[in-house]
Amino acid sequence: MIDPRGGRPVLRETYGTPVPAGREPANLGDILERVLDRGVVIAGDIRVNLLDIELLTIKLRLLVASVDTAREMGIDWWEHDSWLTGKNHELIDENRRLRERLAAVEEVLALNRPADAKGDTAEQRPSGRQERARGGRDRD
Amino acid sequence: MTDMGTYLYAITREEGRLSPEAGRLSPEGMAGVAGTPVRALRHSGLAAYVTTVPLDQFGEEPLRRSMEDLDWLGETARAHHHVVEAVAETAPTAPVRLMTVYSGDDQVHDLLDRRRDDFAAVLSRVAGRREWGVKAYVAQAPGPVSRSGGQVGQVGQVGQAEDGPAATRPGMAYLKRRHADLRSREEAQRQAVACGERINAVLMELAVAGRRHRPQDPRLSGRDEWMVLNGSYLVDDDRGGEFAALVHRLREEGMDVELSGPWAPYSFADVAGTTDSEVPGGVR
Repeated sequence: MIDPRGGRPVLRETYGTPVPAGREPANLGDILERVLDRGVVIAGDIRVNLLDIELLTIKLRLLVASVDTAREMGIDWWEHDSWLTGKNHELIDENRRLRERLAAVEEVLALNRPADAKGDTAEQRPSGRQERARGGRDRD
Repeated sequence: MTDMGTYLYAITREEGRLSPEAGRLSPEGMAGVAGTPVRALRHSGLAAYVTTVPLDQFGEEPLRRSMEDLDWLGETARAHHHVVEAVAETAPTAPVRLMTVYSGDDQVHDLLDRRRDDFAAVLSRVAGRREWGVKAYVAQAPGPVSRSGGQVGQVGQVGQAEDGPAATRPGMAYLKRRHADLRSREEAQRQAVACGERINAVLMELAVAGRRHRPQDPRLSGRDEWMVLNGSYLVDDDRGGEFAALVHRLREEGMDVELSGPWAPYSFADVAGTTDSEVPGGVR
């Protein structure tokens, strides 16, 4: 649609004219991206908010489908976007709690085991599982 | 009689409406989602723009269904956006996420009471500034997708190649080519990422703040190229022209960039407590 090297820009040029006037209607994709993914999120005593409505279907269809390709390229800045990672925080927290519990359980197991087995199994096992836990999170 | 709810679009400063120009542009009375008329609730020095909506359409259950209807969603998103933009023409504005529905006006008053300082902080951050969107694209390198068709046949040849030394050559050639492909694809990706970084850095010199969002799906962007930058930039009103000119210059230098805006500051309306500082450092 827009020829990158073409001399003529084919976009909403608003400079040179007063900013509010002569603005073309914004593209629906850009609007959806903004109203669904940005803007103030208010949780709490509220009748309905988007977090309640299972957004996955819409977001997956419109936005998330490109994530794998992007991640492949090493682009992952949205993972630092607080809006988008809102749910991830919970997962990460839950993961950390699970890892802590796992470590505690393994400590108890190690204590109950004969002294000679302590050295190799108790040390190696938790790290192996932690890696697996991290792998799981990455896929989420 | 259907239950009604209060649908919230945006929050702004109460005094916003006092300027004569703003009065002329007042969003009050305009049509919001489902054609409902927009009202302003003024409280605690803030104004919340709302409409009264029937909960048989805007309750959780009905929304779960209707949000799947992309026509309905598109129409509703546009209506929401129009109100937000109209409010943003009159005063500094914190846009609220689509489908924020309260049981009644009282709850909204409550919100303005409780979060007054947070909203005040957001509004002073965005006052006199607008958001501009910049997307940059890079043509996709010939990747494994286009090669994979031939790959199946090639793999078969590699299997047969065990019969004799002469037959191994196609297999070796394939592997070499595959290696070269991967390397050039990686290289293309590195360059694409670097291109996005470079454009972002240039734009950040003019912007007060910037946010990089995940790239849009090609179905959303309508473009097959890699979206290497999907940025939002908060720019002082009096530098908007300069910012647009900068994007224009990048395009003249051969970069495939798209500019949109100015927008209400959708990407910069985080209420305190959900800002970047809260992102845990441990996440990659």
